[in-house]
Amino acid sequence: MDVREGLFYTKEHEWVKIDGKIATVGITDYAQSALGDVTFVELPKKADVFKQADQIATVESVKAASDIYAPLSGAVEEINPELDNVPELVNQSCYEKGFFLKMQIEDEAEIKNLMDAKSYKAYLESLAK
Amino acid sequence: MKLIFEKSIDSRTGFKLPECDVDIKFNLSEKYLRKSQAELPEVSELDVVRHFSELAKRNFSVDSNFYPLGSCTMKYNPKFTERVANFEGFTDLHGLLPQVLGASMLCQGALQVVYDVQKLLCEITGMKAFTTQPLAGAHGELTGAMLIAAYHKDKKHKRKYVIVPDSSHGTNPASAAIAGYEIITVPTDKTGCMDFEEFKSKLNENVAAVMLTCPNTLGIFNFRIKDICDEAHKVDALVYYDGANLNAILGKARPGDIGFDIVHINLHKTFATPHGGGGPGAGPVGVSEKLVGYLPIPRVVKRSDATYALSYNRSKSLGYMAAFFGNFSVILKTYAYIMMLGKDGLTEVSETAVLNANYLKEKLKKYFQLDYDRICMHEFVISAVSQLKNNIHAIDIAKYLIDKGIHPPTVYFPLIVKEAMMVEPTETESKQTLDEFIDVMVEIAELAEHNPQALKDAPVTTCVGRLDEAKAARDLNLRWQK
Repeated sequence: MDVREGLFYTKEHEWVKIDGKIATVGITDYAQSALGDVTFVELPKKADVFKQADQIATVESVKAASDIYAPLSGAVEEINPELDNVPELVNQSCYEKGFFLKMQIEDEAEIKNLMDAKSYKAYLESLAK
Repeated sequence: MKLIFEKSIDSRTGFKLPECDVDIKFNLSEKYLRKSQAELPEVSELDVVRHFSELAKRNFSVDSNFYPLGSCTMKYNPKFTERVANFEGFTDLHGLLPQVLGASMLCQGALQVVYDVQKLLCEITGMKAFTTQPLAGAHGELTGAMLIAAYHKDKKHKRKYVIVPDSSHGTNPASAAIAGYEIITVPTDKTGCMDFEEFKSKLNENVAAVMLTCPNTLGIFNFRIKDICDEAHKVDALVYYDGANLNAILGKARPGDIGFDIVHINLHKTFATPHGGGGPGAGPVGVSEKLVGYLPIPRVVKRSDATYALSYNRSKSLGYMAAFFGNFSVILKTYAYIMMLGKDGLTEVSETAVLNANYLKEKLKKYFQLDYDRICMHEFVISAVSQLKNNIHAIDIAKYLIDKGIHPPTVYFPLIVKEAMMVEPTETESKQTLDEFIDVMVEIAELAEHNPQALKDAPVTTCVGRLDEAKAARDLNLRWQK
């Protein structure tokens, strides 16, 4: 499983990249592999506001539909427009071209509720047991 | 195989209507008339017969093969019920007949069937009253969710949430959401049941109802089910029984006795009427005493002179959920099935269904991981995680089963089991059939170890090979165009 250094992670397998006040959000390699071929991603609208752990998006695959949760609180700054037509980007490039959205970070203190790469790796290992 | 539209030849006809010798004037407004000819297939009767015979040959049904599709109860549909449903006294009736003044005496038999089926379903489930109107399981759930809303509205409660376990049928949260509720999901504990303490912590006076399947989708009967009902009733939340798995408990336990307020039953599962593409379904809904007044109209009532009639006089009723009485022929087949089996027969249905499932589970657990290893009810969930090391997934096993003439079990559901395969053999399969299935599953476990490519290549005996499911979902193409 590909776990990238420098990103933060949730137990629900979302990743977050922090650039100053902006957080880029997507789902991890583990999540895309467990979901299988992604067929549809439903994203929020720009400026929609979410609290940490709110449902923020839905992803459908050939196996199942799953909810995606906001890793941090804040307003949506930008969504990935490509996912509407090319949902398979989530499978092909989950950490780059297949990102879901960018949001403004409302409260930096919430970052401490997320895992770093090392703890996320350990978490994945605990799931495999 | 070509679509019937592609077999069309200009001006070919299959049937010639006689000249109309009645002077009929249609007073339809111009705006309702189509501007161009309907592009229907122009084919002969023989073209049509061959087309559909070819399709029928490709059909995979319980009449031809073993069909252990979990939570779907694909049991054999005995043919005598078809004969009953074809009696002219029923097939020639019009649904409006009981509403025509004096004409209800011409359809007493049909009204009695609806009345008696409702009574029989009450007896089987322990509920106070039933409606046969809902046309399918999910329609029954929506009816149930609307009954929940009607109850709380009437009591002037403001309720916002419906609780479901994370093992629930996807239709439960979907039906509640369609009725306007927000969903709270409760995780499953290590015994395979809804976590009771978590449930209690999420239950409060904003909760309208709890929707449950029991036995649940892991095939496990929740022994705290009565406690769940009691807790919910403390805050006047209703408890909904998804009857999809009723085949496990006939004659053994009744949702009404346990404390459930609403029950839907899938007649096409438990009561052996055709399922899936094989015919319309039916999802009758039963309720406890406090919800009787909200049931859809019309109700079939028995008058003091023992005749049957329709009653509309129900001020709190939801109104119509479907035209007439639902899918009447399905209700009729259910009537025939229940009367033929009787109380002892129905009890034996569940006993045999549970025995068959446990037999398969015990034989297969040596070869496939079983996350919740305990006595199951009518179905169980095994997993292909042990096969993952050779890159064999549940889907590969499913495809190989097709080559062996067996319908795959439900795969990737419930969502809480990785690489899930949910097996429900039903009571209508013999030990020989079950043993053949076990042999094929053992063969698959061995192939996964020594020749995984054989599984990856499956299916090879079907008219098309492995389909691109992702493309089918991404690029929907549902309409034929020239």
